[in-house]
Amino acid sequence: MTSIQLGMPKVVSYGEGNIFEEIPFPKYAKEELKNEQLRNNLRFVTHAIRGKRSKVTAELPDWQELRTTGEQTKNYVLAHLPELLEEFERNFTARGGHVHWARDAHEANQIALDLIRAEGVDEIIKIKSMATAETGLNEFLEENGINAIETDLAEEIVQLGEDRPSHILVPAIHRNRREIRDIFVKKIEGINPDISDEPAELAEASRNRLREKFLSTKVAVSGVNFGIAETGTMTIVESEGNGRMCLTLPDTLISFMGIEKLLPTFQDYETFLQLLPRSSTGERMNPYTSMWTGVTPGDGPQNLHVILIDNGRTAVLADELGRQALRCIRCSACMNVCPVYERAGGHAYGSTYPGPIGAILSPQLSGIEAAHNNSLPYASSLCGACYEVCPVKINFPEVLVHLRSKDVDSKKAVGEFAGNKKAAPTQMDAMMYGAKKLFSSGKMMSLAEKGLPMSRLITGKKHKISKLPGIVSGWTDYRDIPEPPKESFRNWWKKEKAGAPARDTAARVDIDALIAANKGKLEELHANAAKAQGEESLTAANDAKVAKLAAEAKTASTKENA
Amino acid sequence: MSDAKSVILGRIRSALSDGFTAPEPVRNYRRVSQISQEDTIEMLIDRLIDYKANVFQATEDTLASVIAERLGEKSTYVIPVGLKDSWLPADTADRKRVVDSGSTLKEHALSHRELDEVDAVVTSSTVSCAETGTIFLNSNPDEGRRAISLVPDHHICVVSRDSVVELVPEAIERITYERPVTMISGPSATSDIELIRVEGVHGPRTLDVIILN
Repeated sequence: MTSIQLGMPKVVSYGEGNIFEEIPFPKYAKEELKNEQLRNNLRFVTHAIRGKRSKVTAELPDWQELRTTGEQTKNYVLAHLPELLEEFERNFTARGGHVHWARDAHEANQIALDLIRAEGVDEIIKIKSMATAETGLNEFLEENGINAIETDLAEEIVQLGEDRPSHILVPAIHRNRREIRDIFVKKIEGINPDISDEPAELAEASRNRLREKFLSTKVAVSGVNFGIAETGTMTIVESEGNGRMCLTLPDTLISFMGIEKLLPTFQDYETFLQLLPRSSTGERMNPYTSMWTGVTPGDGPQNLHVILIDNGRTAVLADELGRQALRCIRCSACMNVCPVYERAGGHAYGSTYPGPIGAILSPQLSGIEAAHNNSLPYASSLCGACYEVCPVKINFPEVLVHLRSKDVDSKKAVGEFAGNKKAAPTQMDAMMYGAKKLFSSGKMMSLAEKGLPMSRLITGKKHKISKLPGIVSGWTDYRDIPEPPKESFRNWWKKEKAGAPARDTAARVDIDALIAANKGKLEELHANAAKAQGEESLTAANDAKVAKLAAEAKTASTKENA
Repeated sequence: MSDAKSVILGRIRSALSDGFTAPEPVRNYRRVSQISQEDTIEMLIDRLIDYKANVFQATEDTLASVIAERLGEKSTYVIPVGLKDSWLPADTADRKRVVDSGSTLKEHALSHRELDEVDAVVTSSTVSCAETGTIFLNSNPDEGRRAISLVPDHHICVVSRDSVVELVPEAIERITYERPVTMISGPSATSDIELIRVEGVHGPRTLDVIILN
């Protein structure tokens, strides 16, 4: 964990753990792209879930209103975080729970280890949890002699295969059924060696393996989907029933919860219970949802702990533009629509958080300058599909561009990075400097254009450029640049119009005034449309107004040409 | 421990020192149903079947025989202590009920292993949401503690007609946070292997829903 004094008085503490990009994204992605099975599986799964999501969200007439409330609720949480955390702590404690605070991943892991040791066990069961993946809890416990058993089927496959998750919702999606069967046969004791690779049979094998663990294990570790400040209630959504098992049968339950996972009121859950499953698995509702408010005497774990984790979240919160990433409810809709994720896959993002959310969260949690985090904001075409599906309206392109500019600032040692060592100018810097000089002066531009015919010497007999040098070489990897014309348009125009009378300035249209006038009309149109909502005449009326506007614009432009 | 707390709260306050504010959220989504009870029930049945639950209808008079049919002739099944006796078929030599006291602190609470041995569980329910096909158990005396509706492989759940609402907000309004809540939408399921849906992993693999008219 590092503390950095910013230009502003804010002091930022970054997180640690599995939230870094250790290899530059383009390099990592290039390797992953060679894995044809990964690409095929990811393409299949992202398209399938994308389709389901779009169907079940279209089913709700008030989907956009739900998104708006989701966004507002999470913003409210961020703006009132200190009060809400203390309210949550008070209520959870009043109902017999224990609250722990962890500044970083290591502190959270250590608290969990101490609690587990206090119970005198060397084996625990786990519900799939992003927070514990982020802190690297399993590895930490293993180093300390505690065996953590993942009970979600996909996490089980990943764990038994000594592998890494590739998707936050379906972590083992890079594996085919045949591979899963082979992993099971190799790793599950007493399994029928003739088991087929039918998913139903494999699920049954998992059921048999874990049933005994559920009935006998004394300590479980979970994440939390939402914690409700008003009541101290916690909730977990899941599908397989392994969550219910872990939340109900053990004596002790330890839950890892990021400090941003709060909702202010019990009623707020009605919004997120609609947003999350539809965005995540594309179901109207996930099979099981559990809610518990502290200890219930005689029902479920009697020893309840929650660890509230910062681990870089406050660093994200300190960024006025980037803090919206903390609205994330970990649904994975953004990765299922991302063209970059679909091809590069989850591993290429390095961190626990892949896809668009990883690209904006990891560099903020652990710092844009750490490891190769600065390559993540460029892992996007800025198409904005992620923004459109996000249930809490995180404006991904806005944050990505913001982080790119932070990356440039850090290299140039300006802004909040003033005082850093300045990086040597790159080819890109030189190119951009040249372009700036060229495009900001008409004289320079026309001088440069006079030189255009010279470039025909390079194109030669093929009449095209097939290979550019340096960093622009990528441009010609897949296409040619056609031969430049003998003369630029500007020079041709000058010759063509030589001697023509100058335009009468009075006849010119004041473009700014025209835009301003039309803006007023457009607002009026929107206002009328809102007023007339539901009326059948709406379309006709608007059509007439649009036609009128178009006619006026045409008159104006005719006048200009005259 | 308290030290970490004050450090984190300090970091948050510093992070928010730019004057970030956010108003109370506005709720412009549907919160009150506009459709009839008939249509609501029809929607619930449609959604339950879609998520592979088995749906049956019964009246107070026929409920016991519908439950008997679902249990089969040979069955040991657990019931929560508050379940209405009149709902259940009479015990036979091969079909017996076991009553769970509802609290491990009281006598006659089944152990985990005993629950694993029984064939089925019969419970009531608090509210059901038609739009999502979700049944809410709120740990009432006729629903029991959480473990009894989880460990047995077959869950028979009675949904009374007047407990069915259309919308999620209407359902949330009818439950209390004071007791544990379990929401059930179809039997346990996974899509973790090649995204192929498999019904039944760790939770009950069969979910029978009986709509009580």
